[in-house]
Amino acid sequence: MIIAIGLMIGLVLGLFVPIHIPSQYSPYVAIAILAALDSVFGGMRASVQKNFDMRIFISGFFGNALLAAMLTYIGKKLDLDLYLAAVIAFGARLFQNFAFIRRFILNKYVKNDNI
Amino acid sequence: MKNTRAQIAIAFICILLGFMISIQFKSVRRNNKLVSSQFQRADELQVQLNKERENNEKLYQQLIQYEKDLNALRQDVSEKSGYAKSLLEQLNRAEILAGLTDVEGKGVIVTLNDSKLKSENFGQSDENYFIIHDEDILMVINELADAGAEAMSLNDERLLATSEIRCAGATVSVNNNRYSTPFVIKAIGDPDTLEAALNLRGGVKDILSTWGIEVTVKKSNKIMIPRYNGVINFKYAKPVVKKEGE
Repeated sequence: MIIAIGLMIGLVLGLFVPIHIPSQYSPYVAIAILAALDSVFGGMRASVQKNFDMRIFISGFFGNALLAAMLTYIGKKLDLDLYLAAVIAFGARLFQNFAFIRRFILNKYVKNDNI
Repeated sequence: MKNTRAQIAIAFICILLGFMISIQFKSVRRNNKLVSSQFQRADELQVQLNKERENNEKLYQQLIQYEKDLNALRQDVSEKSGYAKSLLEQLNRAEILAGLTDVEGKGVIVTLNDSKLKSENFGQSDENYFIIHDEDILMVINELADAGAEAMSLNDERLLATSEIRCAGATVSVNNNRYSTPFVIKAIGDPDTLEAALNLRGGVKDILSTWGIEVTVKKSNKIMIPRYNGVINFKYAKPVVKKEGE
């Protein structure tokens, strides 16, 4: 619920703010989006697990985004698509976290322990 | 208590996420449009250019038609009165001088071609000596004018008082059009005099032949020299009007 509201606010805000990203910086924004997505899923997982830690959440978001941006930059300089490392790491974690959340919700609402 | 903080933090990141996603969407769409619009612009310009060329061709045909009409009218008028006839004669002379009409007559055709000699034959000589320069052409033109050429053209570009013959990279610019070798100079005048002027011992042909530049002079009984196709606007030169009693 809170995720949907936050997303809507952000989307609308972004649509009305007259900012354009020059094409050479668009990989950085893309990787930042992926980092944010990863953080959101990670945070959700932690909150359903009841072991959410604000410091880990915040530092994870900014640290991951920074590292990913750095990899992208270095990759550009080395002419090697290093940002793929970030894409794969975030992507794999995304699915893992999603799988966990899925199981949790199914267990909670369907009350079927066999899953 | 802790859960609400978690919710707020996640919501905050969600806002950030949504913000970045929408901005990125906008930017990507805009950048794609920008790239495709550049191609589109080139296409548009090409179409415009083609249209202008067609238009130009049409206008040129029209000009030729009008000139025919004008000539017919002049002929008509000159037959009616003696004064008009003498005016017409003056006009014709002026037009030949100004290069505004095609002219034909006896004369010579001079063809200049780059040297076939390899520079190795001359040791360390500069490659530049073996190709034709604007100065070489000017030398020939000057010699022909001295020998009494009445009308001249370079690669069918009529030479006027305002014509330039100038080096323009690998080409030579004449009347603001570019030409490369071979250069064909047509001159109307007494063919024997013109030929002799070029063939003088120690003259133009000798000088150019030293470097192997090919100069061929051909006498001809009928040479056609085309008119000048451009427009000359006199912006600064004004005729002087002499006052009475001066």
